Amino acid sequence: MIAEAIRFALSGISANKMRSVLTTLGIVIGISAVITLLAVGAGTSNMIKDQIGKLGTNVLTVNRAISTGGRTTGGSATGTRTRTTNLTLADQQALQDPVLAPDIATTAPVVQTQSVTAALGSSTHSIASTLGTSPSYFGITNFTIAAGRLIDDADAGQPVVVLGNSVAADLATNVSTLVGQTVSLNGQNFTVAGVLAAKGTSGLNDPDDVAMVPYATAQDKFSGYSPSLSSIQVQAKSADVMTEAQNEIQQILDARHQVTSTNRDYQVRNQAQVLSTATTTTQTLTILLSAVAGISLLVGGIGVMNIMLVTVTERTREIGIRKAIGATRGNIVMQFLVESLIISILGGIVGILIGFGASSFTIAGIRPEVQWWTVWLSVAVSAGIGLVFGIYPANKAAKLRPIDALRYE
Amino acid sequence: MQSAHARRPRPVIALDRIRKVYGQGEAEVRALDGVSLTIERGEFVAIVGASGSGKSTMMNIIGCLDAPTSGRYFMDGIETGELDEYQLAQIRNRKIGFVFQSFNLIPRTRAVDNVAMPLAYRKVHRRERHALALEALDAVGLSARAGHLPSQLSGGQQQRVAIARALVTEPVLLLADEPTGALDTHSSEEILDLFGMLHARGRTIVMITHEPDVAARAERVVRMQDGQVIADTGTATAQAAYHAAGGTR
Ligand SMILES: Nc1ncnc2c1ncn2[C@@H]1O[C@H](COP(=O)(O)OP(=O)(O)OP(=O)(O)O)[C@@H](O)[C@H]1O
Ligand SMILES: [Mg+2]
Repeated sequence: MIAEAIRFALSGISANKMRSVLTTLGIVIGISAVITLLAVGAGTSNMIKDQIGKLGTNVLTVNRAISTGGRTTGGSATGTRTRTTNLTLADQQALQDPVLAPDIATTAPVVQTQSVTAALGSSTHSIASTLGTSPSYFGITNFTIAAGRLIDDADAGQPVVVLGNSVAADLATNVSTLVGQTVSLNGQNFTVAGVLAAKGTSGLNDPDDVAMVPYATAQDKFSGYSPSLSSIQVQAKSADVMTEAQNEIQQILDARHQVTSTNRDYQVRNQAQVLSTATTTTQTLTILLSAVAGISLLVGGIGVMNIMLVTVTERTREIGIRKAIGATRGNIVMQFLVESLIISILGGIVGILIGFGASSFTIAGIRPEVQWWTVWLSVAVSAGIGLVFGIYPANKAAKLRPIDALRYE
Repeated sequence: MQSAHARRPRPVIALDRIRKVYGQGEAEVRALDGVSLTIERGEFVAIVGASGSGKSTMMNIIGCLDAPTSGRYFMDGIETGELDEYQLAQIRNRKIGFVFQSFNLIPRTRAVDNVAMPLAYRKVHRRERHALALEALDAVGLSARAGHLPSQLSGGQQQRVAIARALVTEPVLLLADEPTGALDTHSSEEILDLFGMLHARGRTIVMITHEPDVAARAERVVRMQDGQVIADTGTATAQAAYHAAGGTR
């Protein structure tokens, strides 16, 4: 009987091809929107996870606080000094204390200089981020060398540079040929010690668009002998002791800067946490957008119901004939329910295909990834729509009295 | 009536004081006003009467498409008043074949599929259904048109397809409401010849008609007026008894 109902339903659908296609469209749009949005959401959160991995594990960043205006209760003896130079090399070294900071593995000072232009012959490259740092920085941030060598302690104050892969690739076709050559950074000559392995682009910012010089060199050549650090990178001993490490940093720096939690002139950020927050935000946004797409699916379902009601009215006489020749209520319900199911499931399948198509494009650096569960869910949801929105019209058809249906003109 | 039931083979139709009232109060219409009628197996009965006399109403009740307001109706020995909707659908499917004035074929469906449809509701296998439908089409002389759509057939041909559909389930009763009403003289003749042939083979036929010459083709004529049977030439057995008694009742 099911096979029969399917055959009857198919002939009903093909009798009004254009209308069936338009009805299906509502479901197609809804399903493809849901699939694509969830795929983009998954792609975004993948990208963020990727970035977390590239940032280096167990990393805490100590930054200067945005506002230092509140430092009035601090000790007056050191107040003047620390107000202008919140983070110093001394601070960084103080953090490397096995007694006071047992959970800190290693630290690195960072002096950051914006808008440095590298030039080699006629090739130039504007480096997004030029850092003066110590050798430990590379380990903390998961940078590895592709050619040449990393900076070591012996380089302190020397004009040597390690180039990020994107910078190197812009200066020479074969990056390994750069090693030992002299490049100019803002007009000052540096010897290329090594080229870093690419981390790969993820999202909008390129982690390979960097250059590192020894900390002392940076102060000497770029930041005008300012003793102030942009930040201190701290690596905890493991991901499990991040909170402890953070507390130790705060204890040490609070004491050194003579501040309390209410008026800190620095802040400790857990980059991974920041990104996790971003992930949560992304997920919330994804759910919200999918809910909107879900509403369009609901509208599509109402469209199916509307058309099924029209179909039932149009075919009242046919229903009467079928009842006269022996169709039971169940037969009629089945016929129309199968019809609405076919329309919705067909719409669901086309929607899934379109969703896959749309998700194969990379949008703003995000590679959408279709989640398989959304595919199964879509099939289930479109079948559910067919059922829910088909049952009322089908029942209406089945409840018709044969005598009334036969009289219908 | 019960004793008569026991002696003779059970009648195909037994109406017992059937009333059908439409509307209420001022607007009340007694479409059927106490009709009792028995139709035996193998009879060919024409029901005639003026427009509005209740013929179609009676037809719908006989065909289990509508329920009487009061009175009892035995279809092939089964009291229909006690049946639920599902069982009534089964009765319509197994015991009755309908032929309507307006053919009532299902549009966009091939003749052979139209004919096979009652069998589909009877869970007959598809291949067997097809074979039986072709056989039925052959019996009405339309096997050459099996693959045609209703819209590709003439009125007479459509009505013959409808008859094939009515017959494909081997029903105990063929019920026809003005089967020639929408046809020209020639096609009407064809349909009536078909009915005559079916009658000769022992099929029970009840046919509603306006036209006296169509009614003349039946062996028994029931005349209706204002919801009541006002004349009945009687069953074959009754007619025989009537003639044996010298034409007086
Ligand atoms: N659904 C209905 N509601 C109200 N009155 C009805 C309904 N159906 C039939 N009637 C009335 O019942 C009476 C009998 O109608 P019926 O259709 O049985 O007549 P008929 O003998 O078949 O007439 P015709 O020869 O014109 O087909 C009529 O007076 C009609 O108006
Ligand atoms: Mg009538």
